[in-house]
Amino acid sequence: MILAALQLAAFLLLPPLLLGVIGRVKSRVAGREGPPLLQPYLDLRRLAGKGAVYSRTTSWIFRAGPVVSLAAVAAAGLLLPLGGPASTLSFAGDFVLLAYLLGLARFATVLAALDTGSSFEGMGAAREAAFSALAEPALFLGLVSLVRSTGGVDLTHLLGDGLAASWRTDGPALLLVALAIFVVALAENARIPVDDPATHLELTMIHEVMVLDHSGPDLAMIQYGAALKLYLFGALVVQLALGARLADPWLALLAFGLGQVAFAVAIGLVESTMARLRLVRVPQLLIGASVLSAFALILLLR
Amino acid sequence: MTGWIDLLFVLVLVIDLFVLASSRLRAGIRAVALQGGVLAFMPLALAGAATDTRHALTLAVGALVVKALGIPWLLARATRESTVSRELAPLVGFVPTLVAGALGIALAIWLGSDLPLPFPGTHPLLVPTSMGTVWAGLLLIVTRRKAVGQVLGFLVLENGVFVLGLLLSDFMPAMVEVGVLLDLFAAVFVMGLVMFDIQRAFSSLDTEKLSSLRD
Repeated sequence: MILAALQLAAFLLLPPLLLGVIGRVKSRVAGREGPPLLQPYLDLRRLAGKGAVYSRTTSWIFRAGPVVSLAAVAAAGLLLPLGGPASTLSFAGDFVLLAYLLGLARFATVLAALDTGSSFEGMGAAREAAFSALAEPALFLGLVSLVRSTGGVDLTHLLGDGLAASWRTDGPALLLVALAIFVVALAENARIPVDDPATHLELTMIHEVMVLDHSGPDLAMIQYGAALKLYLFGALVVQLALGARLADPWLALLAFGLGQVAFAVAIGLVESTMARLRLVRVPQLLIGASVLSAFALILLLR
Repeated sequence: MTGWIDLLFVLVLVIDLFVLASSRLRAGIRAVALQGGVLAFMPLALAGAATDTRHALTLAVGALVVKALGIPWLLARATRESTVSRELAPLVGFVPTLVAGALGIALAIWLGSDLPLPFPGTHPLLVPTSMGTVWAGLLLIVTRRKAVGQVLGFLVLENGVFVLGLLLSDFMPAMVEVGVLLDLFAAVFVMGLVMFDIQRAFSSLDTEKLSSLRD
């Protein structure tokens, strides 16, 4: 019970820290001191204290966008085991709901972006929709491979109890799945080979350009939601990579936390060492990830 | 799937896909070198009780020296000196070739497990890996426009043949070694000459220009 509460509390409190870790790693690699680790929290507080500005051309859809997307991502957090012994909500086939709750969050953001009537935001929305459609097969084929390998149909089993035995028998396939899901995580969280979270040129943005018109508490909700999403994908990758759960639940939670930090460091290193792909090359990366997942599934079906 | 020997085979196939998808010449050469390195481990990993250890070791060292170090080095030098552009422009786009390669590998895995082999006890992934790699190499040769890209494709194809050759290495040791190591060298020399000639005649390595020959 305490563990279940603790994993939820960590899910709600820790995600901005991951952003802080990524920022710190990037600035360290670049030879700078970098912002403090807790800077994302300060940003969120600052934004939450401001007033919001709404364009006269926008409707209720624009105001609902951040709320719906944050709610959907937070609800998705209930479905994943986040370092605790089980996910908060678990039923057969919950991984489909997980994928589509994230899809709903994206849909709300895209609608809000289109609602502003700005051409830049429409462009960003089109890109986000296209790229996420390409990322979806990679994620789903990966999850289906997990289902095939572990024999479970709920995320608690997929990413927990069943995994230890699968790593022994199907190691190479699981490695491919982990790699594919890491690429999907980079794409879904608007990270560097796909999108540059720090860019200031609207023409090249994908995710950031969609939220240009949001301000104050709405922007805080969007950034917090993005952090939660990063934490969710981190949880997927980390649980998959950790494999067997440690016998001691506290140690397991600690290992999960350290894994999340390692995930953030890995993203920071990828961002520091890679250049952003040209927009026409992004689909290639995502299709490559899908091919990896499909390959893993073929290996398992053999 | 059993054990981590599988990882070697899977790695070979993933490198095939990577070479199919990579547009940078340098990255392609490095990937093929890595594939050669992985192949060098295979004679040792597949060695059973009946295998002659010295023979397996020779094959491994030979593959390492030729496939992982020698030929990639020659290719890298050739690209550096003949001022080939670093980007490969394919005849068919990268995504179609990648998907075709993946389909071919899937087909190879499906068919390869049903092929009857004269010797029992071969690794279940050996034949599919070989067929998939040969297919990827063929695709590379057909779809790449630059001679260097085609040489890369030929090397990948050779790697596929090498994997299949491992099947026979217990029965015809000397044949396999000589076949594997020599024809590869010969091929690269021929390709090197071809590349040099194309370069000298057209001051470019684009084989498209060969089709516009007129008298």
